Amino acid sequence: MVELLTRILGRMPIGWLQLFHSKGRLAAALAGVAFANVLVFVQLGILGALNTNIVAGYSLFDADIMVSASDANTMTDGSNVPRQRMFQALAVPGIVDAMPLYIGVADWVQANGTTISFRVYGVDPLAGNFLSAKVGADVSHLQLLGTALLDQRTRGVSADFLGGFGPSNPLRFEMRNETLTVKGQFTLGSGFSEDGNLIVSDQTFLRLFDNRASGAPNHIFLKVQKGMNPQHVIERLKQVLPTDITRIRTVAEAASEDQVYQTTERPTGLIFGFGVVVGVLVGFVIVYQVLSTDVADHLKEYATFKAMGYEQRFFTSIVLEEAVILAVLGFIPGYIIAQTLYIGLASMTGLPVAMTLTRVIWVFAGTVIACAASGIFATRRLAAADPADLF
Amino acid sequence: MQNNADQAPISVTGLNHWFGTGDARKQALFDINMDIEPGKLTVMMGPSGSGKTTLLTLMGCLREVQAGSINLLGEELNGAGTALQVASRRKLGFIFQAHNLHESLTALQNVCMGLEVQGIMDREVQREASTHLLTLLGLGARADYLPQNLSGGQKQRVAIARALVANPSVVFADEPTAALDKKSSVDVVGMLKRLGQERGTTTVMVTHDATIVGLADRIVTLEEGRIVKDVIPD
Repeated sequence: MVELLTRILGRMPIGWLQLFHSKGRLAAALAGVAFANVLVFVQLGILGALNTNIVAGYSLFDADIMVSASDANTMTDGSNVPRQRMFQALAVPGIVDAMPLYIGVADWVQANGTTISFRVYGVDPLAGNFLSAKVGADVSHLQLLGTALLDQRTRGVSADFLGGFGPSNPLRFEMRNETLTVKGQFTLGSGFSEDGNLIVSDQTFLRLFDNRASGAPNHIFLKVQKGMNPQHVIERLKQVLPTDITRIRTVAEAASEDQVYQTTERPTGLIFGFGVVVGVLVGFVIVYQVLSTDVADHLKEYATFKAMGYEQRFFTSIVLEEAVILAVLGFIPGYIIAQTLYIGLASMTGLPVAMTLTRVIWVFAGTVIACAASGIFATRRLAAADPADLF
Repeated sequence: MQNNADQAPISVTGLNHWFGTGDARKQALFDINMDIEPGKLTVMMGPSGSGKTTLLTLMGCLREVQAGSINLLGEELNGAGTALQVASRRKLGFIFQAHNLHESLTALQNVCMGLEVQGIMDREVQREASTHLLTLLGLGARADYLPQNLSGGQKQRVAIARALVANPSVVFADEPTAALDKKSSVDVVGMLKRLGQERGTTTVMVTHDATIVGLADRIVTLEEGRIVKDVIPD
């Protein structure tokens, strides 16, 4: 390794030799960098799961435009929207189809007393073209009152349990005093507040939620004529619908705005975002401490090198060499531990906590940059290495 | 890197130096004038605070010249900027009271650092020159030892090798035997003198050690910032 680094650096790898000379300090430094990496990875993993989870709800549907109440910052927040808007929208040139969407939350109290909470989507069973291929089940089955499609990744319901049911032996359970029969399954996954998802017909939805009215869905999905630009149609819709109390956006925009709102305005997003900052700061401080102590411990040697005629950039390059070595070697255990934690978290919570290549690259780059920045700060102590003091 | 054999590698004229400012300002050197002969071992002696180390650091470009002149290897140091000071130091060798070897580098690697600063980056050339010098100093078998595994005398010999490996014109040594026993002191300075003679290196050494004065070609004694005696032993 010394030979390899000598070739890369074009000089003796003093940083490497110094770090490996004090193995105890090196181990502590690597543990610190790894710890900071784990912190950042876990926070980003949960933040990523939150983002994935937010978009997941939208991914169940295949529509171009979403009409919501003006205070509907997320899919589940805000007021309902009058169904009358759907009929007004259908009269706008370029709109070819529409479907109201009802959303509620209901609990399934199991025989053993445990509760599974569902986000329940009420859809028009005759508007199957509004359900994305992701649903994968025929929603026309939902025409029968009291039937439902069940999210097979519901937290607390094992795949083995669900595997025991089929068309001839359907799963039936009680919820809000209604008996629901599962007619099919789809895959979405649990969220931060609900354990799973159910898709029912609008009529079944209204029986489950007797405080809701068919005239007041949460959102209205619209499809535009093939070949038309949804943005142009949105402009037309804004001339017809009351924009002061209505939000008219493409579904992609709605999902994106939902993500931004939940990650920057809601405490959950802010907390995890803050956690990332804390992780970076912890790593920065640990590496700074290690490097500045290292510089202080070698001041005499550095002063000797200064007396011999070595220039400031030589010392800066040693400290940066150490910083990069710490970043690279600390990242590896940090990544392995984080990956293990991701698997454990996903398995325990059902949340979509998964490592992505982009995240690995960004965290690695961030680690190198933070360590290098720490190193640059630490080099300020080099000014104390005055060769005249050696005599 | 060798200086013209007849020209004084170091010429000091009317040198004065002060430490501190305001009321605390104290003069450390008073009107020093001396030429150091090439290829000789010049020893500077004197009690603590006599100014010998200050004079050494000024001649070694480790402090800025405040008043007077020092001509080092043809370069005037009064008014020399940092870049010139650093460049001038590369032509010198330094041996310190404490060996100041880098603890995480082997003896060989420490000596190689004396070549890297000259831009000699070829590993084979470095290894060959450093091993040769360590062998001359009796440390060929310990080239791959870390300083922690060497005795005080051995460490100081590595420091000598580091100072001499690039074949400098001038070597400055400050109390190089302070941490050594009598026998090691004579051995180390004897080696330094022998190598200096072989290579034509001028050596300026500050010492209190009377046992090694016998090896000096010239003895300059300072007291209270002034040269009070300047003798060439028989």
